[in-house]
Amino acid sequence: MSNLLTASIGRKLLMSVSGLFLILFLFVHLILNSFLLLDGCMGFETGQLFNAGVHFMGTNPLIKIIEPTLALGFVVHIVYSLILTVQNMKARGPQAYASGKKTTGVEWASLNMLPLGIAILAFLIVHIFNFYMKMKGYIAWEGGEVEFPFFGSMATGENAYALVNETFKSLPLVLLYVVGSVALAFHLAHGFWSSFQTIGWNNPIWMPRLRVISNVVAIILGGGFTVIALAQHLFF
Amino acid sequence: MEKIINLTLKVWRQNGSKAKGRFETYKVNNVSTDSSFLEMMDMLNEQLVSEDKVPVAFDHDCREGICGTCSLYINGRPHGPDDDVTTCQLHMRKFTDGQTITIEPWRSTAFPVIYDLMVDRRAFDKIISAGGYVSVNTGGVPDANAIPIAKADADESMDSASCIGCGACVAACKNGSAMLFVSAKVSQLAMLPQGRIEASRRAKAMVAKMDELGFGNCTNTGACEVECPKNISLSNIARLNREFLYAKFQD
Repeated sequence: MSNLLTASIGRKLLMSVSGLFLILFLFVHLILNSFLLLDGCMGFETGQLFNAGVHFMGTNPLIKIIEPTLALGFVVHIVYSLILTVQNMKARGPQAYASGKKTTGVEWASLNMLPLGIAILAFLIVHIFNFYMKMKGYIAWEGGEVEFPFFGSMATGENAYALVNETFKSLPLVLLYVVGSVALAFHLAHGFWSSFQTIGWNNPIWMPRLRVISNVVAIILGGGFTVIALAQHLFF
Repeated sequence: MEKIINLTLKVWRQNGSKAKGRFETYKVNNVSTDSSFLEMMDMLNEQLVSEDKVPVAFDHDCREGICGTCSLYINGRPHGPDDDVTTCQLHMRKFTDGQTITIEPWRSTAFPVIYDLMVDRRAFDKIISAGGYVSVNTGGVPDANAIPIAKADADESMDSASCIGCGACVAACKNGSAMLFVSAKVSQLAMLPQGRIEASRRAKAMVAKMDELGFGNCTNTGACEVECPKNISLSNIARLNREFLYAKFQD
């Protein structure tokens, strides 16, 4: 294990593992978001399912431990991306090719991971101010108390659904969410399979499989968040 | 069918590693489409010599695509517009009459320009010296059935061994990474029983040397695989990562 993190592959391992951890978080996030649309088909009143989900995430002791871990995951992923990018620019040298780069068949996303990441970070900051800061009580917000079913009995909590519903009435904001989600989809289309390549879990047989899985993950997450934001704006 | 074409060349000229480089434009006429790119460069140099000018310096040796000496970044691609060939195997039929061809050296901090189009690729030799070998004499050629090796492994090892160390992977990489080269050299030995024994030590030593020499970090864009004249597969990089991480976790 000695000086693993001073080696290029060690630093890339950190990018890879933190990236996969963040993808795991995104899946949990998407499941919670899907509650915004599922009240009707599950037989609940509008907003109950999501409010129960938010209540669960807000009160569960496990989440209290995972939250700082998640923040650490973001910090590691962002800090190391910057360190690696600076090293790569240095390795590449200041002199660009006058005749450009005409290599064909290279994924567009793979060449633009940093810009895509910056776009996602910008979106994330807006997103945190829109919801996280309010739900955690850092920014004042009037949602009122509501009652919802919670594991067989009834519980009361803040009406987080109203906050989401209110926020997504703004068309520019919904469009910003769509742009953020699409940037995320492209980031993951390369990032997912690339992280497995970095861990070393790849060979000529798994390469095409991982690329397909990567695209599926990107479409589920990017597409999922897009559809939920648009549906909230249009139908709720 | 042989055709005769006239070309305009924009060539990078640089009088030594410390000097400031610039592009010079030259006309080369009556080039046969049957000739190779380097033969066209020879025509240019003969022309320059006859005009009492300094000929363009460029690396070349075997001129049959097996030594890895030739380089050149031609019209936006290492080894030019053809796929899976080195510059010396590139034919002039890939170009059209009146075309302007831009010729640059490999660009990478680890490959500094020596003169004009020649770059110093000794960094690759240093990586090989760091561990790209089997450190005991394995004797003469044994009977083919003495050490059984699966056909698939033998084939993959052979494919990795076809790397000629030309440096096109580094030249094509947006990160100036040498991972395709290092991974091919680690893989060709790691897949055979004689090389397997030192696989961990080799992976650690070669990666450490690669980092020390200032090559970049791989982000798996795959540009190297596309531009490699020998079709070295990107899955070698996964194998190198695997060997390296396994070795580090053993420590």
